[in-house]
Amino acid sequence: MEHRGLGWPRLPRLLELLAALAVQAVRASAVAAASPDLSLWPMPLSVQTTPRVLHLSPDNFFFGHSSTSKAGPSCSLLQEAFRRYYDYIFGFYKRHHGSADLRVGVELQQLQVSVVLDPECDAFPKISSDESYTLLVKGPVASLTANRVWGVLRGLETFSQLIYQDFYGTDAMAFNKFNVLHWHIVDDPSFPYQSITFPGLSQKGSYSSSHVYTPNDVRMAIEYARLRGIRILPEFDSPGHTQSWGEGQKDLLTPCYNGKDPSGAFGPINPIWNTTYSFLSKFFKEISTVFPDEFIHLGGDEVDFDCWASNPEIQDFMRDKGFGRNFKKLESFYMQAVLDMISAINKSSIVWQEVFDDASKLTPGTVIQVWKVEDYTQEQSKVTEAGFPVILSAPWYLDWISYGQDWKKYYAVDPLSFEGSQEQKKLVIGGEACLWGEYVDATNLTPRLWPRASAVGERLWSHKDVRGLEDAYRRLIVHRCRMLRRGIAAEPVFTGYCDEDRM
Amino acid sequence: MKQNTNKTSKPQSCPSSHLLPLHFLTSTQKSEAGQLFPVDTFFFHLFLFLTAGKWHMSEKNSLVILVVTPGCDQFPSLESVENYTLTINDEQCFLLSETVWGALRGLETFSQLIWRSPEGTFYINKTEIEDFPRFPHRGLLLDTSRHYLPLASILDTLDVMAYNKFNVFHWHLVDDPSFPYESFTFPNLTKKGSYNPATHIYTAQDVKEVIEYARLRGIRVLAEFDTPGHTLSWGPGVPGLLTPCYSGSHPSGTFGPVNPALNNTYEFMSAFFLEISSVFPDFYLHLGGDEVDFTCWKSNPDIQAFMKKKGFGDDFKKLESFYIQTLLDIVSAYGKGYVVWQEVFDNKVKVQPDTVIQVWREKMPVRYTKEMELVTSAGFRALLSAPWYLNHITYGPDWKNIYMVEPLAFEGSPEQKALVIGGEACMWGEYVDSTNLVPRLWPRAGAVAERLWSNKMLTNLDFAYKRLAHFRCELLSLQIPANTRPHPKQESLEVSPPPRNFGV
Repeated sequence: MEHRGLGWPRLPRLLELLAALAVQAVRASAVAAASPDLSLWPMPLSVQTTPRVLHLSPDNFFFGHSSTSKAGPSCSLLQEAFRRYYDYIFGFYKRHHGSADLRVGVELQQLQVSVVLDPECDAFPKISSDESYTLLVKGPVASLTANRVWGVLRGLETFSQLIYQDFYGTDAMAFNKFNVLHWHIVDDPSFPYQSITFPGLSQKGSYSSSHVYTPNDVRMAIEYARLRGIRILPEFDSPGHTQSWGEGQKDLLTPCYNGKDPSGAFGPINPIWNTTYSFLSKFFKEISTVFPDEFIHLGGDEVDFDCWASNPEIQDFMRDKGFGRNFKKLESFYMQAVLDMISAINKSSIVWQEVFDDASKLTPGTVIQVWKVEDYTQEQSKVTEAGFPVILSAPWYLDWISYGQDWKKYYAVDPLSFEGSQEQKKLVIGGEACLWGEYVDATNLTPRLWPRASAVGERLWSHKDVRGLEDAYRRLIVHRCRMLRRGIAAEPVFTGYCDEDRM
Repeated sequence: MKQNTNKTSKPQSCPSSHLLPLHFLTSTQKSEAGQLFPVDTFFFHLFLFLTAGKWHMSEKNSLVILVVTPGCDQFPSLESVENYTLTINDEQCFLLSETVWGALRGLETFSQLIWRSPEGTFYINKTEIEDFPRFPHRGLLLDTSRHYLPLASILDTLDVMAYNKFNVFHWHLVDDPSFPYESFTFPNLTKKGSYNPATHIYTAQDVKEVIEYARLRGIRVLAEFDTPGHTLSWGPGVPGLLTPCYSGSHPSGTFGPVNPALNNTYEFMSAFFLEISSVFPDFYLHLGGDEVDFTCWKSNPDIQAFMKKKGFGDDFKKLESFYIQTLLDIVSAYGKGYVVWQEVFDNKVKVQPDTVIQVWREKMPVRYTKEMELVTSAGFRALLSAPWYLNHITYGPDWKNIYMVEPLAFEGSPEQKALVIGGEACMWGEYVDSTNLVPRLWPRAGAVAERLWSNKMLTNLDFAYKRLAHFRCELLSLQIPANTRPHPKQESLEVSPPPRNFGV
């Protein structure tokens, strides 16, 4: 899978992870909720362990670059990662145990990182990014080899999970090897994205002046994500889901009609005005410069045709175009125009499944996100049969909470269990867990997301045969405590406890 | 992007100014939504500008409180009178109550009446309120066995309970998975039964703190030590207490409910509940009695022999009865009353007439409304919980269903209905700990709070939504680390972006 989302997943030739169990920097007394067995999440492609234990000491361990590595200390992405992971591993230890000296076995003094190909250190992660790595843990120097920095990040995470004293941080996505944040940034209720070209959009469309993402906020987010090998995929959903755009941009939305008179209400973006397209063109030009990812998500879901149908100008247009009363044709007309716009600025598009379902023809290469739960495997067949890449979300709507261990059903999903040829299956580039915001904000986001999304994370990273629920449960509860330790308020999987409960 | 959108409610936005919790309106008088201060003292000074009509304003600088019956150092009880009247006009700013508990309720309401203009001036409208609760027992259950809850979580919950006029904290302290209560009579209970005796326990000091913190907010602590089922965690610390299950003629290695056939059991319970009776000052103790699985008892030859000796035949309900009756007598002798789960009633255990039965089962053995009828028709007082299991989360605004429950919607005479003393929202802990307790509890529990306090006629959902949404915003601002206690990360929230994770 390429696109692991909270964004996109990707798993090309992935990793071979060899690890002689590295562990232990102490904690003689504490009963770790973590067992001595490996509790890696998500499960690497291949793991070999031995019972040999190495110890690490914070005063005598460091991450370094191998002499033959194509990356070095000038690679700030790796330097930052070294700092972060050092903290994850030793932060707690230092704070609470001083420098207790427990020498058990050989000492692990260094993890030497070696990047084989051009590191891509200052680049942004892409869908085609190579995240593979090999980790060989033996004393006194362990080695982490990867083709690119992205693989180093993934390998560092795994390395930190092998050690029982990892710690700190607020980076749940990276802990779960998600690599795309699909940012559904605007919709009907509010428009928090502060546009430089059209400042009125957020001025009038946001909930309040403090409920905005400034260009600086966006920049920070993108860089923060990049340092963790996470792509940010922005979505500006249209023509539906655009009520909030109408506040700051007059004459963008369709005026709905009650018979001969405007009703006062507005519907989706008006697809027949030239001004619509000149606005969108300028708008997406800005988006393409603000967001470095190759892809932009254009939405295209749940377009309500009633308002269009009521509008006399649109009725005329439909007649002129020979669309009859088939508004899907109008929708397609609009979507294709926007897709062309995106192509013209050298970006690629992702859309929700309606754009495929309702279209007669569609730009090849457009990625289709399958979200409707009914018959989603059939949809996957249809989309891939037509040759389009697919991102799967339908079974992973995490906002649909329910009582009990629902992570199991997310875990049990097989993204490739649809009717189709091998070529078709290759078109499934990954999936995304979705946490829609009707009932979610900063007060409950973290516990609602984690560790439930972790189940999706493993499904998208690990091998398809890694599906045993008992083993997954065992590792997931450890992983949950690990996230707690690192400052993520992940909710419980089930009855039990973590040593970190006393927060 | 929603598959089943509920488009009926408008999106709610929380202004970012410092709003304070709004409470629900009271039985008699409609009042404007306001902003308030949580108050810790009876007398305080505020500059209050009254508006009566358009032009008349006068400045007030104190709220005068008159409490008729002294009782400042007492504990609240089921019989506590929580009435109060609030009179705010040009001449006076006056809170009158029978007891200190009523004064607390009145202060909460008073604090919700105050609002702030955009310029920052505090206002209160001319107001007349006469208020008293519909039900005297308005409780919230927390489960500290399935997951340990740090003391701070419990204390925070008590605060928010007070904003909602909840007045009973039902503390389900121990259960199968863990025994965090530190017993001084039987320290091994905790040592062997807690998740981690160094960290996941409630010391005597912790318990005292909870009780006093609650008392200062007019909240009773109803402690529950559930037996004979739900007791696996008691086993390691008290060998011989639990029934050894048998596989054929040999012990299987597993254990079941408390062993009702041994004298030791009752000696233990005597000593244990002597401690509990002394530690927890409320008149009532909750003795549990729910979900007793008879399989283990059935398998045990000693118990089979006991059944024969007692002439119980094959009816294990009689054995359960026997245990519980003995236990109830023990507890009665300590001068305590008790609350039990409905199985005790369903299984026809002989209980004292002043036993309170807590109805928790939605459909079995009968629909809960029917159960309420049966319990009250037998002359027992009832507490309703069945429709208020807040741990049963579902997608969407389920607070509406919670709100629309009418506790007295069952067949019965007025005398029967009078036996319903109230209800409790339950937050069982299988999937809940301090990471998600707060957002899972609030504001949904607020719907229960209003149902139990306010007038039966208050059922308009739009009206409730408006106030609940406002109340929620108020709660948000209070959760900011203005409190001295450290808050779990997810509680200190900022409604304004960027998301908290960034930049850390």
